[in-house]
Amino acid sequence: MARYTLQRLIYMIITLFIIATATFFLMKLLPGSPLQNQEKLSPEQQKIILEKYGLNDPVPVQYVRYLGNLVKGDLGVSFQYDNRPVTQLIGDRIGPSAQLGFQALVFGTIVGILLGVIAAVRHNTAVDYGATVLAVLGISIPSFVFGGLLQYYIGVKLKLLPVAFWDGFEYTIMPTLALSVFVIASIARFMRTEMLEVLGSDYILTARAKGISGFGVIFKHGLRNAMIPIITILGPMAVNLMTGTLVIEQIFAVPGLGEQFVRSINLNDYPVIMGTTIFYSALFIFVIFIVDVLYGLIDPRIRLAGGKK
Amino acid sequence: MKKKLSIFFVLLLVASMVLAACGGNKAEEPKPSDEGKQETPAKEQVLNLLETSEIPSLDSTLATDAVSFRVMNNVFEGLYRLDENNQPTPGMAESYEVSEDGKVYTFKLRDAKWSNGDAVTANDFVYAWRKALDPNTGAEYAYIMYDIKNAEEVNTGKVPVDQLGVKAIDDKTLQVELKNPIPYFLSLLSFPTFYPQNEKFVKEQGDKYGLEANTTIYNGPFVLSEWKHEQSFQLKKNEQYWDAQTVKLETINFNIVKDVATGVNLYETNKADRVGLSAEFVDKYSSDKNFKTKSEPVLFFIRMNQKNEVLKNVNARKAIAMGFDKEAMVATILNNGSKAANYFVPEGFVTGPNGKDFREENGDLVTFNAEEAKKYWEQAKKELGKDKVTLELLNYDSESAKKIGEFLKEQLETNLPGLTVNIKQQPFKQKLDLESKMQYELSFAGWGPDYQDPMTFIDMFVTNGAHNQTGWSNAEYDKLVKDAKTTLLSDLQARWDAMVKAEKILLDEAVIAPMYQRGAAYLEREYVKGIVDHPFGPDNSYKWAYIE
Repeated sequence: MARYTLQRLIYMIITLFIIATATFFLMKLLPGSPLQNQEKLSPEQQKIILEKYGLNDPVPVQYVRYLGNLVKGDLGVSFQYDNRPVTQLIGDRIGPSAQLGFQALVFGTIVGILLGVIAAVRHNTAVDYGATVLAVLGISIPSFVFGGLLQYYIGVKLKLLPVAFWDGFEYTIMPTLALSVFVIASIARFMRTEMLEVLGSDYILTARAKGISGFGVIFKHGLRNAMIPIITILGPMAVNLMTGTLVIEQIFAVPGLGEQFVRSINLNDYPVIMGTTIFYSALFIFVIFIVDVLYGLIDPRIRLAGGKK
Repeated sequence: MKKKLSIFFVLLLVASMVLAACGGNKAEEPKPSDEGKQETPAKEQVLNLLETSEIPSLDSTLATDAVSFRVMNNVFEGLYRLDENNQPTPGMAESYEVSEDGKVYTFKLRDAKWSNGDAVTANDFVYAWRKALDPNTGAEYAYIMYDIKNAEEVNTGKVPVDQLGVKAIDDKTLQVELKNPIPYFLSLLSFPTFYPQNEKFVKEQGDKYGLEANTTIYNGPFVLSEWKHEQSFQLKKNEQYWDAQTVKLETINFNIVKDVATGVNLYETNKADRVGLSAEFVDKYSSDKNFKTKSEPVLFFIRMNQKNEVLKNVNARKAIAMGFDKEAMVATILNNGSKAANYFVPEGFVTGPNGKDFREENGDLVTFNAEEAKKYWEQAKKELGKDKVTLELLNYDSESAKKIGEFLKEQLETNLPGLTVNIKQQPFKQKLDLESKMQYELSFAGWGPDYQDPMTFIDMFVTNGAHNQTGWSNAEYDKLVKDAKTTLLSDLQARWDAMVKAEKILLDEAVIAPMYQRGAAYLEREYVKGIVDHPFGPDNSYKWAYIE
């Protein structure tokens, strides 16, 4: 296991390096400069300012300098938030995004699994169709529509929950719900398909024959085996949700990371583009690693490298 | 069936309880007590506002954006600030004397304090201005100071910063030497780049200066008392402020809300006292008693690239400038208080030495007239020997710009037979790039003022000006601008007349096709009084605002 982890770690660093390099050069293809006031500045004035940030140097020089700083853990300072360190920028915003994403993930997964299992167990009944319709709706309704509707009816009309802002648990309920719709729908669909397959397999028949109760069969024998594909999609989904979502965070005025990536690309804020990309990729790669480890725990048939032959 | 359903609901309930338990400790936090306020908003001097983004910077030398400027204008103060009538009024300065040639200003500073108790001194200005112009600072608004002697030379690294024409005679006396005796210098001093900075404090904070509420000190009507990044910030009345007795508001709460619909919902639930509206909300609220619009001195127009053979033809340009219905454009598409512009220098922006608004002098210079436009167009086609013409319109990629682009296309193609307009939408930065390289034919462009003088618009179109970007060149125009910037500074009425004449030439030659002067629609609760809107630099002052 230790050897496997080390090996994976090396691969992870190489992957990250490739991502950083590709992003850096692609980013430099973006038209325009990172100057905020570009509209008003003459080319000479722009040059003076870019000189200060070393942006008049050839791209390879900039690249080597960036990598040098990166190794030291220095992601540079933002252009749009004049001279604010990128690490602090991400640090300030990741909390709310992660909390929201986590809540949506937990809630969505639980509800999704339940819906999927029920639909599978009551295959081809009204319950199944109901759950399927719900899942299709959940996947096809854009989250901003659902978020907007929630905000208007529950926040403005019924005044049950605060319309927006970030000031305690009740402020997280609507954005969590809005975010979790997609999670519920995706997981329910996967769960139903997988559960149907599992419930049809021989060992379930055996378990039933042994006289284990219906509930036990489904949750102890069925669920565990049906979880494999769920784990696969849960990893990337967790990263997606917990690094912030543009639309939901904007609708509910959540002080998260969601907007930063798109915004920094629009504004050519190079250090923030790089910083968020590296952060996101690192998290992603790490989660994939965790997922691989989890496979083994859930299904002992899947062995990690280094297992005894 | 019933039983099955109930099992389902039980499970759902369990799931939601599990989730509720996850964040349980936070749920018990007491809610901010705003119940009373919703019913009787008057007494408390607390204003609740929304801001469109996180504050990018509180370092006056670095800031470039509207949000930073708005905050800084209320927590800092320069030598002068704009008053309720947008005239410069003494801030940190108490009085000034100016030399006969109008080039040397000597300011007497009043006894004012920073929020840490330090006195505001002349050196605070010298330090901040040198810092802004130092090429190592990389200040994007450094050019706004180029009227100061040696400012440009300092900024381009030709002379050291101590050669800048700004001197602290003593703690309370500041002398500023100008390159040219510009008549709008006092109002220019209200611009954020001219704010002072306390050298000792700034150096103590190092990289952290301006990044947090407590790593910044203030000398304005308010202090920044709390700053939760990306979430909210709060201004409190500055008791140390020299004119604290004028300031009535105790607290201004800002929450960062980027979505217009969310802003409206917050206004509806009394969480925000003032909220900006986009066009789609205007119809819903235009009859509301709290609905207001304001006009801003920002002008949108079509740039026409004269490297293009069709657009080199003055009749073709005139045809385009007259060939679309501006009134219909502002009424049906913008619908937010924007006005059709038959001019280039905005209305209500600046008054001349004779007290008249620039627009009263020059009136309408280019109005929509389909018939005239068609005549010019036919003439142009004859001169060019063409029957069909295709032009590309470079456009921003925002929703509203898209609608305007489509409107222009439809109008121009209808009114000018044989013309085809293709629209090319580009991201903002790319659009600017293409424009500055003159790789476009027609372009949807905009311009806002940097200082309170028509020159901030007029000098754009001098030959080879960085923002001309049309290839147009006119010796008479260049001379008028040059004179207005030099010899005519001693005769302000003649200078004013020169600019009036220049604008006429610009639009007679149809260098650009003015479209509209920007407006903004918003809702403001009736108990909010005295928020002042400014035409350049920072948009608002809360110094005179109060709750009734």
